[in-house]
Amino acid sequence: MAAHDVMAEQCRHLRNRIVDMAHAAGSGHCGGSLSCVEILWTLYGQVLRVRPSEPLWPDRDRFILSKGHAAPALYAVLAQRGFFDPAMLATLRKTGSMLQGHPDMRKTPGIDMSAGSLGMGISAGVGMALAARLAGKDFRVYVLVGDGELQEGQNWEAMTAASKYGLDNLVVIVDLNGVQLDGPVEQVMPMGDIPGKLAQFGLDVRGCDGHDCAELSAALGWAQQLTGRPKAIVARTVKGKGVSFMEGQSAWHGKPLAAEGYRLAKAELAVKP
Amino acid sequence: MTAGMASAGKAQRLILGETLVELGSADERIVVLDADVSSSTQTCLFARAFPKRFFNFGITEANMVSAAAGMSTCGLIPVVSTFALFLSLRAGDQVRSQVAGAGLNVKLIGGYAGLSDFADGASHQSVEDLAIMRVMPGMTVIAPGSANETRDAVRAAIEHVGPVFLRISREVVPDDSPLTGPFRIGVARPVCQGTDVALVTTGTMLPTVLAAWAHMQAEGLSVGVLHVPTLKPLDEPALVAAARMAGAVVTVEEHSIIGGLGSAVCETLAQFRPTPVIRCGIPDQFGESGGYAEILQRAGLDWSSIVRCAKRVIAMKKEMNS
Repeated sequence: MAAHDVMAEQCRHLRNRIVDMAHAAGSGHCGGSLSCVEILWTLYGQVLRVRPSEPLWPDRDRFILSKGHAAPALYAVLAQRGFFDPAMLATLRKTGSMLQGHPDMRKTPGIDMSAGSLGMGISAGVGMALAARLAGKDFRVYVLVGDGELQEGQNWEAMTAASKYGLDNLVVIVDLNGVQLDGPVEQVMPMGDIPGKLAQFGLDVRGCDGHDCAELSAALGWAQQLTGRPKAIVARTVKGKGVSFMEGQSAWHGKPLAAEGYRLAKAELAVKP
Repeated sequence: MTAGMASAGKAQRLILGETLVELGSADERIVVLDADVSSSTQTCLFARAFPKRFFNFGITEANMVSAAAGMSTCGLIPVVSTFALFLSLRAGDQVRSQVAGAGLNVKLIGGYAGLSDFADGASHQSVEDLAIMRVMPGMTVIAPGSANETRDAVRAAIEHVGPVFLRISREVVPDDSPLTGPFRIGVARPVCQGTDVALVTTGTMLPTVLAAWAHMQAEGLSVGVLHVPTLKPLDEPALVAAARMAGAVVTVEEHSIIGGLGSAVCETLAQFRPTPVIRCGIPDQFGESGGYAEILQRAGLDWSSIVRCAKRVIAMKKEMNS
């Protein structure tokens, strides 16, 4: 199988795990988890310098899931990468589980920053990137934000800071799925020209197909250039990608996956790419 | 013991700035972040001494606190400084979700606290910060008084591993206070014991409390004074001991009577030693512009108001016991 097909197959497997988790938990955010599967798997499978057996390795690359509601996707990816036993995934959102509804760095190995309240991740990434520079370390910091999340003003405060300090060790990835909880982003609170806004805030910007691992890999390679400016990758995605009745539907931002929906989703995800 | 404060004192914010420089030269992990008020909070002294370890985030308090959270995960000890009001409210969610939520080793310095930014008025005065910070799980909350205590508290806050909120006044505090024992986090500092009433105070109010104490002693009352520089964790045994001996308590703080020292004392005594308490502090209202001494007096935070409260609570005790 070509490398491209291997990645696609792995992503199908991850999607299966995400809907399994959401079904077992009786709640959770399928839409925004399914939109960022290729982004997360390209990062953890190909790009990030991490040691799953040593999650707090000081020289590791950092990853912040600022859109913390996509925790199921991140958990599936961390388990796949060997940070913890995939059997734990069935405990998502259950009492006493290390897999909280939103990422908790104190409970889950491999989580570099807690998240859930939106808009804080890029700022935390700025702090990590500044710390790397101060210590003379070459690790990079990656932050994944949602396009709806960009409505939070703190993101833009963070980008002014990233730009001021010329943090070329910081990469912001936008999961541009176009849909938020209450409806399409363009209706709830239009964000306009997101790539243009990012560029105006001083970031080097590049777009890509957020479901094409080869394109993502190329964009993440581009983002490693030390140009003296922070990088942004605007990844065009589909909310709920891979499950036809969820795709592009705001209703599936956080709706529980009941028996019939689960059966249909699993049937669709059983088909190899 | 005498109530006199012989020394001239120094602005508490200046002591903060000087102490940070002192500690910064010994520990390279210490970095300071400010939000465009470094010349007010006096972190400009650290900026001058260690320009590479000072980060001016401009007027982005929320961003600054989140960045500090990120820094702390990489082994730095970030000291975040801005006005107490903006730190506790503008960046409240960031303090809760990231700093306290993840138990990160970030030091939050709330400057210009209480009514000490007197002329700027309600928009800049902070009467809620202790309440907000105290309710955050895992947060250590310190409000030091004298210059010596402030130095000790800044050092202790940085040595402590975990999130700390430290409350700093814009104004002058005495060099020292007549306190028992060294400053330690979580340990209240008795000044004297009394059997009629105990005055329990925090932060910069001790000199005013001592003036009230002197007046009541002169009238023949036996008045205890307990200074509580750490609001959380609260020294419950010391508080219960003072309440047991006096049977009546007045709390004195430059903060709202809701959620700060007064509330903490009532919560503790209701559970462990039910005792009549009167809370002296900012009533349930916003501050105002004016002279510092005048607006403190209008809020009931002058020595004569404290004496009135003490006499009221002594009367309450007698009525309850009759």
